[in-house]
Amino acid sequence: MPDQLLYAMEVTLNGLMAGVLYALVALGFVLIFKASGIFNYAQGVMALFAALTLVGIMDGQVPFAVLINAVFGTEIHNFGWEVPAILAIFLTLLVMCALAWCVQKFVMRHLVNQEPIILFMATIGLAYFLEGFGDLMWGADIKKLDVGLPQGLNDTIDQVTYGWFGYGFFIDNLDIFATVIAAILVIGLTIFSQYSKQGRALRAVADDHQAALSVGISLNYIWVLVWSIAGFVALVAGIMWGTKSGVQFSLSLIALKALPVLMLGGFTSIPGAIVGGLIIGVGEKLFEFLIGPMVGGATENWFAYVLALLFLVFRPQGLFGEKIIERV
Amino acid sequence: MKDSIDSHVTADGRTIGGVLMEMRDITLRFGGVVAIKGISFDIREGEIRAIIGPNGAGKSSMLNVISGFYHPQEGDVFFRGEKRPTMRPYEVARMGIARTFQNIALFEGMSVLDNIMTGRLTHMNSGILSQALWWGRAQKEETANREVIEKVIDFLEIQSIRKTPVGRLPYGLKKRVELGRALAAEPKLLLLDEPMAGMNVEEKEDMSRFILDVNDEFGTTIALIEHDMGVVMDLSDRVVVMDYGKKIGDGTPDEVRNNQQVIDAYLGVAHD
Repeated sequence: MPDQLLYAMEVTLNGLMAGVLYALVALGFVLIFKASGIFNYAQGVMALFAALTLVGIMDGQVPFAVLINAVFGTEIHNFGWEVPAILAIFLTLLVMCALAWCVQKFVMRHLVNQEPIILFMATIGLAYFLEGFGDLMWGADIKKLDVGLPQGLNDTIDQVTYGWFGYGFFIDNLDIFATVIAAILVIGLTIFSQYSKQGRALRAVADDHQAALSVGISLNYIWVLVWSIAGFVALVAGIMWGTKSGVQFSLSLIALKALPVLMLGGFTSIPGAIVGGLIIGVGEKLFEFLIGPMVGGATENWFAYVLALLFLVFRPQGLFGEKIIERV
Repeated sequence: MKDSIDSHVTADGRTIGGVLMEMRDITLRFGGVVAIKGISFDIREGEIRAIIGPNGAGKSSMLNVISGFYHPQEGDVFFRGEKRPTMRPYEVARMGIARTFQNIALFEGMSVLDNIMTGRLTHMNSGILSQALWWGRAQKEETANREVIEKVIDFLEIQSIRKTPVGRLPYGLKKRVELGRALAAEPKLLLLDEPMAGMNVEEKEDMSRFILDVNDEFGTTIALIEHDMGVVMDLSDRVVVMDYGKKIGDGTPDEVRNNQQVIDAYLGVAHD
């Protein structure tokens, strides 16, 4: 087999797996948008905040240490214990649920029936608040996240492909793991929203508020639930990206990569977020590989957005979005 | 409490019980506009109670007060003799009051089956964890609820469209699905806001039959709003007539039909 084709295959595989990580972030957006019509700009920061909290809990950091020390003149930074990863993840999940409750109670509740642009602005405010809050709570330094996920070259794939083609594919264990987790998450969420009581209520709220109220659904409860699930998805994304590239501010910028994914997949479709993520992932890697050398490289920075722009022109509702039909 | 003990049997063999719901001196204002002016009436267990009146009489507002969508500035709502505190619409639904809407409020993206299934939400008690992991209780509930749903679907003769997304259905069928969703809740009180609005004669006859059958077979108490006088007179046991937010008549269809104020309101008279 020609080398060029083998490289392309390897690039495609890596693209698919990068796409899964994009999809994970996009998923958080879709969940909240579907249920409440809010485009949650803070989704990326939520992933950052979740990762920060997870690291903080695992390392036994004292939350708000800087603040406490400044007020009481103390010098505390650490509890001096380490929390096992599983327990820390669970605790972080609780923190994310508490955050969801606070967001609903102190912000979104007061903005019911406002214009979408107002809600969007609120989430921008929320994003910056959360960013500062995370820094204040856990410190602004770059942290290393290691919850024990496998990382580095996958030997089996390397050897098997070497045996087949005489060329070993480089696939990162973490990417494989992320793919499996994302698949489980998507299947789980789909089943949950299709068949469970809360899932049905969630879809009902997404469809018609008045009707949802009339069958006994509390909108507040559903919104807290949705923000909690989005928090959970943010946590998973935060773990994956944090393990890959460290927990730091730039983590929150992955949210920007989710935008083209959403434009491709549609803002209201969970499978759309996945397929959109995969297309962007593969697309930008292949484009860089094939066309990149001709135009001087660095196409990964803009490819996704240009693709999204093309989609906006020709299919504004995305691949899987609901087509907007107004009956007159 | 004077009315709540005596019950009687109607000519066609249905039992009308004590007072299920009582509205006492309800006044509802929107800014300076008074939608309802000090209206009192009651709904008895097992009866079909109609609220009629010309456009803008305040009928829908009254229904919204009962179902908790509007909160009156004055007056109280009594349920089974007890004063009801101010409740959110979903709390009212959970106490067993189901409703339909004048302009149909269905979940358009969901199938007929799923729509009717949402009507069962108030009967599902399993927690979120049990639901997420699909443990014992959640599973048992689902089976039990499916039986009720199937009964409702059979009853309304909509078997053939059960998997169809509601958005694709014609108007008349949508109205029927909305009724189905309300019925699935097995409500103590069923509120119907213009169940026959916009229907042709045949659809109206079907809907009338369903309303009568619901009341007859399940003994469901029904309060309905309707424009069409003829339909109301045939269906209901007692009628409240509203005009400009005031009650101008209350009684059996015959009594109301012969009430001069009602005749004036409907036919229009020259006011001095």
